Amino acid sequence: MIPLPPMAPPGVACADALACDVACFPARDAYLDLVRAWREDGFEVCADLCGVDYLGHPGRSLPEGVVATRFEVVVNLLSVSTRRRVRVRVQAGDREPRVPSLFGVYPGTEAMEREAFDLFGILFDGHPDLTRILMPEDWEGHPLRKDYAVGRVPVQFKQAPGPR
Amino acid sequence: MSDVTHETTVRVAERVERLTAETSEGPQGLLERRATRRDELGREVGAVLRGTGLALDPRDVDVERSDDETMIINMGPAHPSTHGVLRLMLELDGEYVLRTKPVIGYLHTGMEKTGETLSYVQGATNVTRMDYLSPISNELGFCTAVETLLGVELPARAVWIRMMMAELNRVASHLVWMATNGMDLGSTSMMIYGFRERELILAFFEKTTGLRMNNNYVRPGGVAADLPDGWEDDVTVICDTILERTDEYDELLTGQPIFRGRMEGVAPISAEEAMALGVTGPILRSTGVAWDLRRTMPYLAYDQVDFDVIVGTYGDNFDRFAVRLNEIRESIRIVRQCVERMPLGDYRVQDAKVTPPPRARIDESMEALIHHFKLFTEGFQVPAGEVYTAIESPRGELGCYLVSDGGPHPFRLHVRAPSFVNLQAVPLMMRGGMVSDAITVISSVDPIMGEVDR
Repeated sequence: MIPLPPMAPPGVACADALACDVACFPARDAYLDLVRAWREDGFEVCADLCGVDYLGHPGRSLPEGVVATRFEVVVNLLSVSTRRRVRVRVQAGDREPRVPSLFGVYPGTEAMEREAFDLFGILFDGHPDLTRILMPEDWEGHPLRKDYAVGRVPVQFKQAPGPR
Repeated sequence: MSDVTHETTVRVAERVERLTAETSEGPQGLLERRATRRDELGREVGAVLRGTGLALDPRDVDVERSDDETMIINMGPAHPSTHGVLRLMLELDGEYVLRTKPVIGYLHTGMEKTGETLSYVQGATNVTRMDYLSPISNELGFCTAVETLLGVELPARAVWIRMMMAELNRVASHLVWMATNGMDLGSTSMMIYGFRERELILAFFEKTTGLRMNNNYVRPGGVAADLPDGWEDDVTVICDTILERTDEYDELLTGQPIFRGRMEGVAPISAEEAMALGVTGPILRSTGVAWDLRRTMPYLAYDQVDFDVIVGTYGDNFDRFAVRLNEIRESIRIVRQCVERMPLGDYRVQDAKVTPPPRARIDESMEALIHHFKLFTEGFQVPAGEVYTAIESPRGELGCYLVSDGGPHPFRLHVRAPSFVNLQAVPLMMRGGMVSDAITVISSVDPIMGEVDR
């Protein structure tokens, strides 16, 4: 487990994670500062940013002091110079998930945050162009939420299969 | 007579409006200058990298230009050179590109959502359809994540088979890229050659996996089947043929003045820009960064084989071409070593939890039949947890973020598609270039829309 960067905001919980050097769990207001601190520490690339909807899976293991919320934003950072990976998992909220945008730190998160907004409805404060990216503009709902049904295209056969 | 003319005009005018409304993507598309905020405009013309200290020269952001001077045109989604259904909205000043915005989602099929309803056994079938030019890489990325959560140790033969198949797939994928890139530049012979050579590899895939594409060959716990009899000869023939013909293509394209003229110095990108935008794979390597996950964060047995990481210098179209061309050679080098050093043994882990019993056992044992049935209907359970694993696909870092709640289905399956992220570099590369170069830029970024939209 690698230590947090010197500029990291205080009170960030850390844990071991599979296939990565450390996973940290900042509070929502410490999230942007923590990512910025990692950026200063030599993590040049934001490899991945995605949302997770934990509806129906409340008992996930989190370090002490972290209050689990329904939505979580997971950021995987990569350091090309030191060959390390860290994961930042921020609890984004329950009803109206909202986190600051990383666009100012990593411009490459633009499309990924749009995707998380499109598919989960997570709002990113400060994102320059928070529009849908994969779904049509007039689509209702956010398909990757757990309370969004898988759905099926109606077929013309007599015994159309039921939901899986 | 005059009435008729009048009516026709009206109808045509109405139709234009209707067509515009039908094809509009609303705010997802590129808006006219007067409808775009100033900061948004600055971002779209390439000031995107200000966050990393690479501030753009303010004089370059000509936000004062009026709409009458420029024109927004559409390229795609059904344009032959967009390699699928990519829609690019370009703002042009005469022949020059001022702003570009990729509009994606035309191939969105909700694979990540579907993945949550499929078991881990079925999961590989789903992910293999994402990047349809390198299905083995997709399966590998998914299976690596599942196996990391399971904590399964693979037998050596499975590891080396996976490595060989992944490298053959990389060759096939790069050959298609060479073919389509040649086609975009008007070299129709290259198009035919590239697909011809790829067919050799696909024929071998068919022999081994049963399918030419979307193989579903790499499964959690190993691979679906052992290599067929006489595979060494097949693979050696493939290596010899392709290596020899790669030299011919090198001569055909690299030395050709028209090709060089259209590739050299076109659409350069710097290493800082590429990393800030999250760009990986051949595009990042073409800027001089020797970042190849096979070497820098080795998975499978890449730390035991001998190969070079190809890097470029200028990060332009030509470097991206050269990197991919030479990666074909390096991949063939790895494949040859796999042929020489392929270990004997089992091609899948003998862990009854994830591996179905052999076919012969099913005929004679009821328990084996039940076991087989349970594995393929219910699937196996994966310990609760979350993991992000990354492999080097032909297009860059292919990551798989997997959350398990302890059940037989992934709780959340997210694939970090390299093309999806790499596409963000297109507006930056296009800016200030010519429309005719736009074609080569799309081509050299090598987006696979199945993977972009998932």
